Amino acid sequence: MGMKEYKTINKVAGPLIFVEKTEPVGFGELVTVSLPDGSTKRGQVLDTSKDVVVVQVFEGTRGIDTSSTVRFTGDIVRLPCSKDMLGRVLSGSGNPIDGGPKIVPEERREIIGAAINPYARQYPREFIQTGISAIDGMNTLVRGQKLPIFSGSGLPHNDIALQIARQAKVRGEGEEFAVIFAAMGITNEEAYHFMKDFERTGALERAVVFLNLADDPAIERILTPRMALTAAEFLAYEYDLHVLVILTDMTNYCEALREMSAAREEVPGRRGYPGYMYTDLSTIYERAGRIRGRKGTITQFPILTMPGDDITHPIPDLSGYITEGQIVLSRELHAKGIYPPIDVLPSLSRLMKEGIGEGMTRDDHVQWNDQMYAAYAEGVDLRGLVAIVGEEALSDRDRKFLRFADEFERRFVQQGKYEDRDIEYTLDLGWELLSMLPEAELMKIERKFIEKYHPAYRKKTAAGEEAAEAAA
Amino acid sequence: MEVKAVGKVGEVYRVSGPLVVGEGIRPRMYDVCFVGEEGLMGEVVGLVGEKTLIQVYEDTSGIKPGDRIENTGMPLSVELGPGLIKSFYDGIQRPLPGLKEVSGDFISRGLHVPGLDRKKNWEFNPAVKKGDKVKGGDIIGTVQETEVVEHKILVPPYVGESTITEINGGKFTVEDTVAVLDDGTELKLYHKWPVRQARPYIEKLPPLIPLITGQRILDTLFPVAKGGTAAIPGPFGSGKTVTQHQLAKWSDAHIVVYIGCGERGNEMTEVLEEFPELIDPRTNKPLMERTVLIANTSNMPVAAREASVYTGITIAEYFRDMGYDVSIMADSTSRWAEAMREISGRLEEMPGEEGYPAYLASRIAEFYERAGRVKTLGGSVGSVSVIGAVSPPGGDFSEPVTQNTLRIVKVFWALDAKLAARRHFPAINWLQSYSLYTDTLKEWYDENVAADWSELRKWAMEVLQEEANLQEIVQLVGSDALPESQRLLLEVARLIREVFLQQYAYHPVDSYCSPQKQYDMLKGIKEVNDMFFKALEQGKLIDEIINVPGKEEFARAKFEEDYKTALQNAIETMRKALFGE
Repeated sequence: MGMKEYKTINKVAGPLIFVEKTEPVGFGELVTVSLPDGSTKRGQVLDTSKDVVVVQVFEGTRGIDTSSTVRFTGDIVRLPCSKDMLGRVLSGSGNPIDGGPKIVPEERREIIGAAINPYARQYPREFIQTGISAIDGMNTLVRGQKLPIFSGSGLPHNDIALQIARQAKVRGEGEEFAVIFAAMGITNEEAYHFMKDFERTGALERAVVFLNLADDPAIERILTPRMALTAAEFLAYEYDLHVLVILTDMTNYCEALREMSAAREEVPGRRGYPGYMYTDLSTIYERAGRIRGRKGTITQFPILTMPGDDITHPIPDLSGYITEGQIVLSRELHAKGIYPPIDVLPSLSRLMKEGIGEGMTRDDHVQWNDQMYAAYAEGVDLRGLVAIVGEEALSDRDRKFLRFADEFERRFVQQGKYEDRDIEYTLDLGWELLSMLPEAELMKIERKFIEKYHPAYRKKTAAGEEAAEAAA
Repeated sequence: MEVKAVGKVGEVYRVSGPLVVGEGIRPRMYDVCFVGEEGLMGEVVGLVGEKTLIQVYEDTSGIKPGDRIENTGMPLSVELGPGLIKSFYDGIQRPLPGLKEVSGDFISRGLHVPGLDRKKNWEFNPAVKKGDKVKGGDIIGTVQETEVVEHKILVPPYVGESTITEINGGKFTVEDTVAVLDDGTELKLYHKWPVRQARPYIEKLPPLIPLITGQRILDTLFPVAKGGTAAIPGPFGSGKTVTQHQLAKWSDAHIVVYIGCGERGNEMTEVLEEFPELIDPRTNKPLMERTVLIANTSNMPVAAREASVYTGITIAEYFRDMGYDVSIMADSTSRWAEAMREISGRLEEMPGEEGYPAYLASRIAEFYERAGRVKTLGGSVGSVSVIGAVSPPGGDFSEPVTQNTLRIVKVFWALDAKLAARRHFPAINWLQSYSLYTDTLKEWYDENVAADWSELRKWAMEVLQEEANLQEIVQLVGSDALPESQRLLLEVARLIREVFLQQYAYHPVDSYCSPQKQYDMLKGIKEVNDMFFKALEQGKLIDEIINVPGKEEFARAKFEEDYKTALQNAIETMRKALFGE
């Protein structure tokens, strides 16, 4: 029952096959297709009716002919899960490709995760220190957040992702963490770069890698992030691990989705992407989070390259509406030789307000952040004016803001790929820059913080202490 | 039980995502059906020949042709009665805490939990007695639902005029009969109402009273009336959700219905954690005591998302019918429109603009038309104010959902990514936004806040407009090239922007600003303006005026509990410095 085989393929279109005269087949069922050459491919039912069943084939339809055999398994797509997945490299559809043994599953989980009941969620508020000033200081990440990197072709998003994977920690805790790395349609070279770094730093032991490379079937990419998140949920909720999930590159995922949609002859939405892309992406991104009463958490770092650096393109646009902020990379900063080229102005972390301040980062962080933003935005604005009237026409005050913006980029944003700055260093560095401005301009910071952290006062107290010590 | 009608049970013919095609049933449009062994809930959205198109509110994986379909013969309805307040529902009024109880942290399928608690006892106080005549919409008694909400028990609107033959006070569950009419109709504490049908009222009344939101830019510059409609479109990260949360927190409605429609799970969690802690400035009780929450997050089934806005507005109308002022926040109506598009696409309907169905405009109009200040069937006055967030792709306001919304709503709060990037919040653009209620509400403000309110408002708008004009020149030649009076005007405009318009949602004092405080602050800025120009006339140097001591304190006064003293002190400091008085 349910295991009957059919040789009734009557149409193949792109990644889809159409099978006729079947027994009732369930929506979403897993399908295996046996080709005349003896190989098999897997697929999933996209549309089922009494007349015809539409199957999307993950590995592509190359080689399939009308004499191929289709078998409906009566089950849906699952990932064999085990703690032994840690340290392993799997294909985009979950099979080991590192030459190691098969994974003996403790559990076979559906890869379509059920939605977390919003009532069961716990609001994320634990500060994760990434060691990158532009993130920790300006757009702080918290545990359970989904914070994508909006990048462009040729920008060093992979290096930033790696740096975060290496350095991310919740301070004062030795809790167990794991990294899930899901590659979708990236090149062999990029994958090699990631793997090399994982091996070198020993991170691989704590990682599960899913690889769907550029020359792997595009349709498989629709499974890859779901496989990765299923593994993440298993490790987070069964083994209480704090899981950091890196998904790269979501743009390739969306292209695969569009390809599927076109093959199904669906009514296209914007720029040919399917109208349900928002919903589809949300079933990936919303799997990040924390659940009340459970120890493990899932933090997501999706990476996407904005086609034509256009942030209004449907892929970054729909992502931005779902994720809890975004880290935006700038080609201009990159061209200036600044790493990481994070443009803080369009960047945002929606959850930072609960994760910073006294007891979490430092008491001055909230107002410090407001002031840094306002000052940098003003400086950047003034650059526009300088281009027209020249720097000489600026007032003394304006020139200070202009210099602040330059220093902000050169000293605060810029740091080494292996430089791991703690939050105090980041905040103090910010204060050093703020001290370039007239004190009266620091309108967003309360007096007490200025007196506590402003270098002008700190020197005084330090000098005072020294004097006191000397006197003693 | 009714006799089993022909065509009540049929079977599945086809499944395509949330769309199931059935045969063998003969339903009416919008009847609710149960599909498959698990009884997945769905709604009839089309009839084609012998076939029925059903949008299913849950994931359809595993459903196959031949599976059973049962037609309930009833349209999608909500349960209206005590127990709504403080509830946290999904898009089809299933309580999320109840779902957690039966299925754990993740929402599984085929769960049936009634919208109102069946076991809870409510103390019912009759307001009418045996022999009294009642009709649909009349109040037969009350239940103290929460500390601040007195729930009025209504005769269902569809009941004609009849006489009460029996009515009892005391403790009842929602399903107990509390009154009997002469035609034998038994009245309970709750009744059901189909969500897609607006609840009836006698007549609409003009909107003459503002919905006070405690947000300076909204109340002072772009007010919305009780019973009015407003839209907040903006790109992501511009603060739609924070603004909606602020409105849900501080708007002076009796009841607030908040719909998280296709948005983030964590945002609803935030509301859930925060609202029981926050105190309503009007009642001094937690805000949750007057709030109904509906959450159909983006990853929950898309058909239920489509239904969620109707569920929300029906609940709002029900409280309106008790004579309450209700405000409803829908975040985001774009996700609702997208749900329509998604289902329309599955139905293979001819698409209109950008793939949206051709009926998008009429659906949006129908929804907003359910707002209004009305004379209820029971003879009292109640209102529903609707505030919809819109999420235009790429922040482009010319897209169909924004455009169709703007054609119908009366207030437009335009969020601006540029303001958000420089952390000017609320990031509402004062030049682009508008309110068509300013004239009708003028009288209320002048009477209830201050006689020169509208004059002051006009002055502030003029300064901001003038600033925009001058900024164009500054962009070309720099501010030093402007005459001194204009440089001073820029400084005053800066005060309006930074002191008055910027408001900190997360600051305990600044989060809510009463109309009186709004007036005092703006009046204070006007006073500073007059001082500045007087000083200039007397020959003071512009830099001396702009950098006058006291300005910083003036800017901070809004954060003080006793803002009045702080404002006055700051103004005095400035006066002394400028005129040495």
